[in-house]
Amino acid sequence: MAELEPRPSAWGGLNRFLDTPAKRGLALAAIVVVMAVAPMLFGPYATVILTNALLYTILALGLNIVVGYAGLLDLGYAAFFAVGAYTVGILTTTFGWNFWATLPIAVLAAMLAGVIIGGPTLRLRSDYLAIVTLGFGEIVRIAARNLKITGAASGISGIEQPWLFGWHIATPTDFYYVFLVLAIIGILVSVRLANSRLGRAWLYVRHDEDAAEAMGIDRVRVKLAAYVIGAIYGSIGGAFFAVNLGAISPESFSFKQSTLFLMAVILGGMGKIPGVILGAFVVVLAPEILRDFGSFRYLIFAVGLLLIMLYRPSGIWPVGSKR
Amino acid sequence: MTLTAILAQQLVNGLVLGSFYALVALGYTMVFGVVKLLNFAHGDLYMVGAFGGFLALSLVSGFAGVGWLGVALAILLSMIAVGFLGVVIERIAYAPMLKAPRLSILITALAVSLVLQNGVLTLSNGQVMAFSSKLGFAGIDVFGLFINYKQIALAGTAAVLMLGLEFFISRTQYGRAMRAVSVDKDMSELMGIDVNRVIALTFFIGSALAAAAGTMAGAYYGSIWYFMGFLIGLKAFTAAVIGGIGSIPGAMLGGLTLGLLESFGTQIPGIGSEWKDVFSFSVLILVLVLKPTGLLGKSEQERM
Repeated sequence: MAELEPRPSAWGGLNRFLDTPAKRGLALAAIVVVMAVAPMLFGPYATVILTNALLYTILALGLNIVVGYAGLLDLGYAAFFAVGAYTVGILTTTFGWNFWATLPIAVLAAMLAGVIIGGPTLRLRSDYLAIVTLGFGEIVRIAARNLKITGAASGISGIEQPWLFGWHIATPTDFYYVFLVLAIIGILVSVRLANSRLGRAWLYVRHDEDAAEAMGIDRVRVKLAAYVIGAIYGSIGGAFFAVNLGAISPESFSFKQSTLFLMAVILGGMGKIPGVILGAFVVVLAPEILRDFGSFRYLIFAVGLLLIMLYRPSGIWPVGSKR
Repeated sequence: MTLTAILAQQLVNGLVLGSFYALVALGYTMVFGVVKLLNFAHGDLYMVGAFGGFLALSLVSGFAGVGWLGVALAILLSMIAVGFLGVVIERIAYAPMLKAPRLSILITALAVSLVLQNGVLTLSNGQVMAFSSKLGFAGIDVFGLFINYKQIALAGTAAVLMLGLEFFISRTQYGRAMRAVSVDKDMSELMGIDVNRVIALTFFIGSALAAAAGTMAGAYYGSIWYFMGFLIGLKAFTAAVIGGIGSIPGAMLGGLTLGLLESFGTQIPGIGSEWKDVFSFSVLILVLVLKPTGLLGKSEQERM
């Protein structure tokens, strides 16, 4: 096995430049300030795009736990995103629940889906997991398209925007801040997880499954934990996605969506939190910049993904110094 | 229609569908057997094969027409072209990755699949294209059951290709080399087998079979588009797993089994055609959970 890479740090390779806590604190403060004033700075259109980038950040962070931390390939991540969105959509419209009451149900539903799919397949070769997740993603999309309760092909519309302590989260700017807070929570949880006992177990399993098992790590449980935590991120992203748009339809949860999430994780640098965030922003912002290229831009993405895998598997984000 | 007539019709449909699955599953299983790689791009090679057949047909239509002869030539040309494409893909994308962690190679395979898909998307403008051939709708009547000549030719071609492959693998020297490499790559190299050449040959044959299936699907269904390989890639993988991945007779058996399961499954009340795919993926998950080695696969200790 190749030498172990350093444990994911919140700064990745930038530790070389940001070598003191003061510099890091300054950089972080600068980022937070820019993100906090961004809606006033860049105008309403950019706010919507940035909100989308933050949504992708949350989902990419969740998928990163599965792919980057535990080393499992999930090709149907959009399924958890769909479970979150549809649970909220159905409970708030058909049953008239309050959004905040549906949120835990959405998370539980996604966790349950994660256990049902992951439980049996995580025992198998990891390639099988990739295919099973791909099939699962399609099953969820087809089910959403054909069931009555999910509104079939037209989906669910009229999902109400939530209230939070008297604050009606309604404008794009409101949602921008909601997603910003969610993304920050997602980052903090990811950092804490990477440096936890479970995080070390993932690192071990990713590098050498048999050795990890010999050391007393229950590989199936550890992988399942990654899979289920990834599902939680996905469902939360999906729940807020549903209330933000107010309408959801099956095609928002296609295989293409799953590959975009995966690209976000890999382009930036899987396993590295800043890399994943960068990847999410690249995936969302690049189509805006490459707008003139039309459908060609997906080809550019695909070629980019291939080149990254062949020449720089660690992603765009600078690699940390080797120990 | 009486129940027997419906069942007989589904049997024919299932066998036709199953031969497509089997041809594509063969490539999956061969590549998996030799390099232990799940080639996600395999379904897309089927799609490229369909477009290759489309181009080839327009090339040969001048002198061979778009009837049986033209389609046969198109299949042949497409097989050769896509066979080489498979070899090029292996050289460029997979060869450097064979020693990399499994996750990297899986993602690379996915990237190749996306490049092929989006490449064709860009070239075809995302349009569904009409694959116009003149194979007619004539057929024969067997005890009140109508079988199209197209269906016969398709299943027949698939059977010939599969028997040819079986002969090649079991009787020729290259076939033996291929089996040796799939058992132990390093040892085969020590025994003087040119492993790279065997791998290239495996990709060539697997891709060519997918291209044959793709072109036939184009001629049979009459339309092609850039996303047509996605679903069949998944189905063919399911077929390969049902039969036991790595096993060549298993891929054929699995393909036919899945084809029959699907065409009969959609007749079960409650499982209409819109649930067909959910049905097959559930079969896949069940097989993986209950009998991951499939019908004819060898048990395997390796994991990760």
